[in-house]
Amino acid sequence: MKLSKFILVGIFFGVILYKAEAVSWFRIFEMFHFQSFHMYGIIFSAIAVGIGVVQLIKWRHMKSIEGKEIVFNPKDKSVPRYLIGGFIFGLGWALAGICPGPMFILLGSGYTVLIVFLSTAMLGTFLYGLLRKYLPH
Amino acid sequence: MVPEFLIQIRDFISQPWPWWVAGPMIAATMFFLLWFGREFGISANFRVMCAADGADNFADFFKFDWASQGWNLMVALGAMFGGYLAAHYFLSPDGDVAHVSAATVHTLQQMDYFAGLDLKEGQVPLVPPFYSWEALFTWRGLLIIAGGGLLVGFGARYAGGCTSGHAISGMSALQLGSLIAVIGFFLGGLTMTYLIFPLIF
Repeated sequence: MKLSKFILVGIFFGVILYKAEAVSWFRIFEMFHFQSFHMYGIIFSAIAVGIGVVQLIKWRHMKSIEGKEIVFNPKDKSVPRYLIGGFIFGLGWALAGICPGPMFILLGSGYTVLIVFLSTAMLGTFLYGLLRKYLPH
Repeated sequence: MVPEFLIQIRDFISQPWPWWVAGPMIAATMFFLLWFGREFGISANFRVMCAADGADNFADFFKFDWASQGWNLMVALGAMFGGYLAAHYFLSPDGDVAHVSAATVHTLQQMDYFAGLDLKEGQVPLVPPFYSWEALFTWRGLLIIAGGGLLVGFGARYAGGCTSGHAISGMSALQLGSLIAVIGFFLGGLTMTYLIFPLIF
């Protein structure tokens, strides 16, 4: 099936973040206290390899398996939405010690209480949708 | 009888993974999704799930072709399977432990809430005790789990992405907006850690 390959990518992603302890509240706590290189190493090495991947795709004009050239859509030129939105996200990231990926991963490993986190994250997204036109972007 | 080499592979995977294995493999995750003609971004699923639940009747933001985003829900579903596999089949020999530094253990011991847990280096659990249904009925557990979700859901959509969409995908494509968002993530995280944690723990 066409969608099954996305489940495999998700499994791959889930095992990586769990085994590297990136799903751990204590690892996020440690990161924001600058007490270990571990989380920075994960993020920086992912970006370093990622930059190489993106440059290679652009240079080779690589096509996706659907035959279309892989394009990178430039993000909106703006400061407030990224800074304010990012700040609010960062508050929640440090508080709960999880971002959306690890939330799904830990939910699968049996921390069912995170269904509450998922529900309020959907509520937060819904509130953003309602308030969008009143917020600086 | 399970062949010996399969057990060896399992034991190899079960060790805690160093950052230099995890980081490049996260970049590989992004590459697979680009190769499949998609973009890596987990938090977009919250918008899809809202729209699928009828949020499009309340705000134009949810009027989009959410059915075409089913692939991203499959990535999230796969991540849940991955978490299950890692926690049940690839558990580290020393258990479900976060191998945080001695300095972090020391900082935790100075905090009223964690002092009672008698945390030792090499024995810090992967997840804190407030990730439980019992704790959800305490003010602290409710604030952290429900409040954290609200902030993450609102902030991720306002900023147009989360750690995967901005810190990994956006930064890899050298997007200025993503750099600003990541600076925002850290300013928010540091504010929580240094100004608000002393009130909570």
